[in-house]
Amino acid sequence: MTRVPQVPSSPYLPESATIVAKRPLTATEMLFEVRLDSGRALGHMPGQFVELTLPGVGEAPISVSSWRLPQAQAPSPASFELAVRKAGRVTAALHAAEPGRKIGIRGPFGTHFPVDGVMKGRDVVFVAGGIGLAPLRSAIQYVLHNRGDYGQVTVLYGAKSPAERLFVEELAAWAARADAKFMETVDRGDAGWNGNVGVITKLIPLAGIDPTKAIVAACGPPIMYKFVVVSLYAAGVGNENIIVSLERRMKCGIGKCGHCQINGLYACTDGPVFKYSDLVGVPEAM
Amino acid sequence: MEKYPAKKLHQAKLPGWVEAIIAQTVVYAPQARQGRFVYDRLSSAAELRLDHDVTILPPKKYLLPQRETLLRFTRAGGFEPAAAPEPFVLFGLHPYDVAAIAQMDRYYGQDNPDTQYLARRRQATIVACDVQNASDNVFAGCMGTATARGARLGNAPAASSQSPPPDPVDLLLTLVGDTYVIEAFSPRGTGLLALAGELEDADPVALGRREQVWQDADKLLRRHRLACRPEELPALMEKSFDSPLWQEMSDTCFSCGSCVTVCPSCFCFDVQDDADWNLEGGTRARRWDGCMLCDFALVAGGHNFRKQRDQRYRHRFFRKASYLPARCGFVGCVGCGRCILACTAKIANPVEVYNRLLEDQA
Repeated sequence: MTRVPQVPSSPYLPESATIVAKRPLTATEMLFEVRLDSGRALGHMPGQFVELTLPGVGEAPISVSSWRLPQAQAPSPASFELAVRKAGRVTAALHAAEPGRKIGIRGPFGTHFPVDGVMKGRDVVFVAGGIGLAPLRSAIQYVLHNRGDYGQVTVLYGAKSPAERLFVEELAAWAARADAKFMETVDRGDAGWNGNVGVITKLIPLAGIDPTKAIVAACGPPIMYKFVVVSLYAAGVGNENIIVSLERRMKCGIGKCGHCQINGLYACTDGPVFKYSDLVGVPEAM
Repeated sequence: MEKYPAKKLHQAKLPGWVEAIIAQTVVYAPQARQGRFVYDRLSSAAELRLDHDVTILPPKKYLLPQRETLLRFTRAGGFEPAAAPEPFVLFGLHPYDVAAIAQMDRYYGQDNPDTQYLARRRQATIVACDVQNASDNVFAGCMGTATARGARLGNAPAASSQSPPPDPVDLLLTLVGDTYVIEAFSPRGTGLLALAGELEDADPVALGRREQVWQDADKLLRRHRLACRPEELPALMEKSFDSPLWQEMSDTCFSCGSCVTVCPSCFCFDVQDDADWNLEGGTRARRWDGCMLCDFALVAGGHNFRKQRDQRYRHRFFRKASYLPARCGFVGCVGCGRCILACTAKIANPVEVYNRLLEDQA
């Protein structure tokens, strides 16, 4: 079940919001700081998404990419961040929009990474492939913010190339932490790259995962999941300890329009975060 | 639910009553058009065709319009909900179409209630009419939807406590001989019936003949014969995901979406924004959409999660016979037979599909 905001009477009515700031992360991804005009906090959990409206252009589902911004960074504690890839009409128009622009927000929608549930007290392993880091960042920030509630924390990140790495300063901060293990790789390096080269699955056997203690949260492009799951099995991790986030064409966000169906599941209400054990009999999931 | 005594109305007196209703409220009813039947605004009782066999489109278009404004927005910011719909009467619905409305009510009402649908739905008064002429492809008898009596959804789990579906039938008309037996199931129904003036109670003979009409309907509305009970369909589908049938049948599919368009149990939609010409504002509207269309599962970036026709064709049958039963407690098919006629490639017959799957399992 999902949490739907109580504010408007129609679940299709967006709330007014404003783009507070934007900065490019890569050539195709931009980070937006957004604030609801009412001042209310979004109230999301990591893994949930919003439906972002650019009036006149349309609405697109975007995962929330932040947990809670530190007071020093945000003009208002109610701000949240959205990492958006320029992929279609709405996101292209969004990339061109400037701070101060009025937008609409519906949500938060969907299930969340169980950072407040089964992940507590366990070793947590994040496996982020490419843009999959965007929703996982919210969970990583949550976990690091509440560090004492978890065992070992490991972040594995794979990008296509060094130029396509997201959140580079934050990656460095994670790498510098003594209380978390950070490993990353790129599919292909460049002249300036000194790190690992290879697909993300190569990092999994190197990560020292204890399958009796670990819960793995993975997010990435559709093609990545099959290979990551096989690697996790090889490391001894079972289906019930693998959590994934699946993206589909989410339009209404509330389980009515039908677009996001994965067999009989709705990605917007039964997901986007799923336990892999719940997807085993769902052929369209992977 | 309160019981109102059934009444009798000679069919010669029906036009007078219908004219009285038209004078008071908007009425949509089945009418003849170019050799077929359609639902349209009724402007005179003479146009009403309660003897229709089947309409091209089901009455879902009045509850979920082909294009429905959800809200208006302005460039400066701010969003306003669409105006509330006016009351209207749907007059002459066949029981299977009423069953489909009950399905929509449950689907749109449960979990995250679609208040837009529910607001429009509350404005509808539903006058059902038992089938007088069976269409060539109707198989409502096989689906348990040939008549409109009792709870349509059987042993389905209770709907959300936030939005119990309204009783789908406000008035039921049944022609027995030259007389209509009319039973009300709600105050709206009795209010509408009052426009006919004082009516005799239906006597036991008339009620007995009505019972016969219902029994005949259950038997006769089976132009195609499903070789199992609808409740057995989910179990059948569980074994059928990898059947070669999906590829075979969909080989000639045009992905035209005709089946979806005419189906009373199909109600997926897309949402699009339209800016005003002066770019100062615009509307957001939802439009009918269908999983059979090639872009239904397409995402930005180009990946299509159901790119092949056999995947889409299979999905639609699974939604109706497996996913909707699990989620909402009903099979998403009321046996109206519209898809069978409408399908460009003649591959839509659900009875043919399910019977083939049953044979393959035997």
